[in-house]
Amino acid sequence: MGEFFIEIFGKPHGIILFQLVAACRFTIYLSLIAFLGGGAIASLITLMRIAPSRHLQRIATAYIWIFQSIPLLMLLFLIGLGVPGLLDINVNPWTAATIALVLFTSAYLAEVWRGAIESVARGQWEASFALNIRYSSLLRKVILPQAIKFGIAPTIGFMVQIIKGTSLAYIIGFSDLMLVGKRWANAPVLGSEPFVIFPLMAVMYFCICYPLAIFARKLEARSIAKNA
Amino acid sequence: MPKGAKNIIVKMEKVNKWFDDFQALCDVDLTIFEGERIVVCGPSGSGKSTLIRCLNGLEAHQSGDISVHGTELRGDAQSVRQVRDNVGMVFQQFNLFPHLTVLENCTLAPINNGKMDAQAAYDKAMTYLKRVQIPEQADKLPGQLSGGQQQRVAIARALCMEPKLMLFDEPTSALDPEMIKEVLDTMVSLAEDGMSMICVTHELNFAKRVAHRIIFMDKGRIVEDQPPADFFKKPKSPRAKLFLEQILSH
Ligand SMILES: Nc1ncnc2c1ncn2[C@@H]1O[C@H](COP(=O)(O)OP(=O)(O)OP(=O)(O)O)[C@@H](O)[C@H]1O
Ligand SMILES: [Mg+2]
Repeated sequence: MGEFFIEIFGKPHGIILFQLVAACRFTIYLSLIAFLGGGAIASLITLMRIAPSRHLQRIATAYIWIFQSIPLLMLLFLIGLGVPGLLDINVNPWTAATIALVLFTSAYLAEVWRGAIESVARGQWEASFALNIRYSSLLRKVILPQAIKFGIAPTIGFMVQIIKGTSLAYIIGFSDLMLVGKRWANAPVLGSEPFVIFPLMAVMYFCICYPLAIFARKLEARSIAKNA
Repeated sequence: MPKGAKNIIVKMEKVNKWFDDFQALCDVDLTIFEGERIVVCGPSGSGKSTLIRCLNGLEAHQSGDISVHGTELRGDAQSVRQVRDNVGMVFQQFNLFPHLTVLENCTLAPINNGKMDAQAAYDKAMTYLKRVQIPEQADKLPGQLSGGQQQRVAIARALCMEPKLMLFDEPTSALDPEMIKEVLDTMVSLAEDGMSMICVTHELNFAKRVAHRIIFMDKGRIVEDQPPADFFKKPKSPRAKLFLEQILSH
């Protein structure tokens, strides 16, 4: 695979490109894990947020509030460097980056999904209550199918934010596109100057994010058309 | 009162209800017998909706006693469920489930709370859709129906739960004038079958035709409670007089 790149682009660009593309893999993995893990926790927090119990609501609100108001970079520092330093343990960059992004993602998605659920007309709840539909079925059969149409576009839009957000993880030594690119940009190799490498990286982020952004816009346009 | 009626279906005693520090119901006393049809009217904000929403636990009252078909509403989940099993409700805005077909709207609740299996729920739904005269729309989505048809579906949906009491909250207020009649006709035929009904409405002709009693509310209180003939001819309170004048002058 590496040879293939070198054959086409020559040295050093073949090597650089190959390493950057390989590093994209980690960017994508981390994004996916953040999205899936964050999504799972977000589902739970969303359920708590709309639960009849005031206590659960408060806990969920606090969770959302805390992790939404801490900048992602701060979370990465805290979990990647702060906590390990305090407890005198080693946390590998993968673990730290995963935890930080999962927390960040879960809070954001929980907020988006709560908004989506609250966009469903109040009357849908009341009709369901009046018909004695059980709470779990009320959510599954009445509320969620309607909330999805409000939530899907911002959710996919947020995936773009996560992908871009993973780039911050280089700061705690997570080896993704950002870290590899920066290393090359600093290397005294002819043809790997910052003005070559950074635009190249920007293009790669663009290639990952753009399809998602388009997809999000399409869904949004469709849901607006439907509601009109 | 309908002939031979003895059983009480709704009993409210000294019911008070606040929204924060605003009192929406004040010392409401009300007894309704099985088979009785009540029309509730009154100015906007007088507590009509609140009154009937308290009867199926959509709103909780803070003091006084409410019992419906022998079950006292105590604010616990169990009594609320039990009461809702016996009470159907029709809303001003229909509140049909827009992503489900007309048929699914009617079968969801009966299947969900284990009242019947899918086949029985289907049969029941078709029976009531015929009853409200739209069986041919069963597979359509609510959005494809006219307002009048949607409200008739909402009535059928409530009937599928075999309620002992039907609550209507301004069922024709959101409708275009030409559709009001079809919904009122449906309600009249329900009345003719002896259903106990409480209906918030300003359709006075409907009230004259089907109501046993008219309840007039003002500022959270029941100000008048009389048969329609008396209410329209000689309202006791000045407030009701004024209200009638305003409505009839339209
Ligand atoms: N959820 C609520 N929170 C606070 N106040 C409320 C709430 N629901 C109703 N109210 C108030 O209680 C009063 C009675 O409301 P209600 O809806 O029962 O009136 P109504 O007689 O049905 O009026 P309308 O003819 O406009 O439907 C109103 O002043 C209203 O503002
Ligand atoms: Mg009202």
